[in-house]
Amino acid sequence: MQFGIFTVGDVTTDPTTGQTPTEHERIKAMLTIAQKVEEVGMDVFATGEHHNPPFVPSSPTTMLGYIAAKTEKLILSTATTLITTNDPVKIAEDFAMLQHVADGRVDLTLGRGNTGPVYPWFGQDIRQGIPLALENYALLRRLWREDFVDWEGQFRTPLQGFQSTPRPLDDVPPFVWHGSIRSPEIAEQAAFYGDGFFANNIFWPKEHYMKLIGFYRQRFEHYGHGTAEQAIVGLGGQVFMRAKSQDAVKEFRPYFDNAPVYGHGPTLEDFTEQTPLTVGSPQQVIDRYARMREYYGDYQRQLFLMDHAGLPLKTVLEQLDILGEEVVPVLRKEFAKDRPASVPDAPTHASLKAEAEAKAAVEFAEAEVSGSTGSVRSSESSAPGAAFGLSSDRSTSTGA
Amino acid sequence: MTTRKLAVVSAGLSQPSSTRMLADRLAVATVGRLAEDGIETEVVTFELRDVAQDITNNLLTGFPSPKLDRVIEAVTGADGLIAVTPIFTTSYSGLFKSFFDIVDNRSLTDMPVLIGATAGTARHSLALDYAVRPMFTYLHAVVVPTSVYAASEDWGSGADTVKTLPDRIDRAAGELAAVMARSERSGQVRDPFALDSSFSPTGGFQAQ
Repeated sequence: MQFGIFTVGDVTTDPTTGQTPTEHERIKAMLTIAQKVEEVGMDVFATGEHHNPPFVPSSPTTMLGYIAAKTEKLILSTATTLITTNDPVKIAEDFAMLQHVADGRVDLTLGRGNTGPVYPWFGQDIRQGIPLALENYALLRRLWREDFVDWEGQFRTPLQGFQSTPRPLDDVPPFVWHGSIRSPEIAEQAAFYGDGFFANNIFWPKEHYMKLIGFYRQRFEHYGHGTAEQAIVGLGGQVFMRAKSQDAVKEFRPYFDNAPVYGHGPTLEDFTEQTPLTVGSPQQVIDRYARMREYYGDYQRQLFLMDHAGLPLKTVLEQLDILGEEVVPVLRKEFAKDRPASVPDAPTHASLKAEAEAKAAVEFAEAEVSGSTGSVRSSESSAPGAAFGLSSDRSTSTGA
Repeated sequence: MTTRKLAVVSAGLSQPSSTRMLADRLAVATVGRLAEDGIETEVVTFELRDVAQDITNNLLTGFPSPKLDRVIEAVTGADGLIAVTPIFTTSYSGLFKSFFDIVDNRSLTDMPVLIGATAGTARHSLALDYAVRPMFTYLHAVVVPTSVYAASEDWGSGADTVKTLPDRIDRAAGELAAVMARSERSGQVRDPFALDSSFSPTGGFQAQ
């Protein structure tokens, strides 16, 4: 079970002091928070992608590249990467590069975004959101898995013999999660490919996500990737803790009441009852989140939203300490209890590489048996540059 | 005996409210007309005032409270809908519009709807046809031709003596009853995850 932090990257005025961080301060704070996530023993840091103020993270792999250099075990991820408005070629290249920089500690969550104007800003039509997500991902997968790609689709310029560079580390593409809060099409897409499904889970009642995740699990099984229980599920969450629960409520209330998303709407009490937001003692958080598996089944990844709504960096770091010291170790034990051995962990670079090698060994053995001399990995027969009629000598093809 | 479900939504604000009064009259008349055809009617009536804060919260958070969710489920799952609003500033009230703003815009498709409105004078009666009717048309609901507008004078002296309020109510109720009798919306099982048969998870491309 992986635990971690996901961030929206909002620059919000602290309602208790009137202080607003600069973009620079906010970005530096996010970098500090990411390193703290590893320090307190959690597994994943994921950043959002936005292209409008008050959000700062427009360039996730730049940010994650820095964090990669400053950490050793942390998995670097996104929540989410816009599959609709980014060029899939650039996603393929950015994240393959990040894989090499981070020695494989990379996965990503694809999403369609929640800011309408991003589509026209990047030359797309929001009404094509789903078709864009489907087509762009189909291309992204080919770019990572085939050395040379011929492509013609509806949304981007065609490609002939195109090779995205660098190639994925060890020829193992990053694991992909698909994030959606309401679209069965995206759950279906995730299930079809046997990819992960991430439900942000923080703004709506659990009943909604229970249905959506149940649908994904069922379709995962339908497409033959394993049983429904073996589908790869990630969930968001949101907590604020102090030793005494009334202190947590008192301290968090002004941030809640003025928060960009739900502020000036429901009361903190109603919202905590209706969504997974938990404000109270570490034990209350443990009790609430240990029950998530009862609603969603055994799952693989739990991310918490922590740095938002104007909470100062110091407070966020204190929250991470509490999570790392008091909450996550207990939750790890709780989640391990009676967890069927057949439920897999979230795929990592190491596990996917081992899987690919095992599969190649089996194919090789089968080829030996049948007397075939064909290459196990057919794409290896095309050397770099071959698509341009260039020599198979690597230095020739790149030396112009 | 055949049964139909009728949802009644009143956006009146005062208690008692003439909007609710009109809504009730329309509901009783519709139940009567359905009974003439041997159809029993279950009526559920909602005053939006009771969920006004929930409606605002839903506008802000994107999801309904459990209380509001029950209202939405009952309204969208009915065989027919009577929707009555006071006319404020030449149109439906903000509360009335906010409620229909948060309802999924596909969930009233084919819904038989009878629209009604109340106001202080008859001068704004066309608001039913330039504001309320187009809103339901946008939602692909089936709005019956007769809509019922009751000005204050309709409830007492000064009422129209040629086409009286009861006459108008009865005519509208007859129209709604006729479409409701054929409506089977309440018996339909709605799958929120149903995908169009043409849907392809790869966008029609070869999977890799």
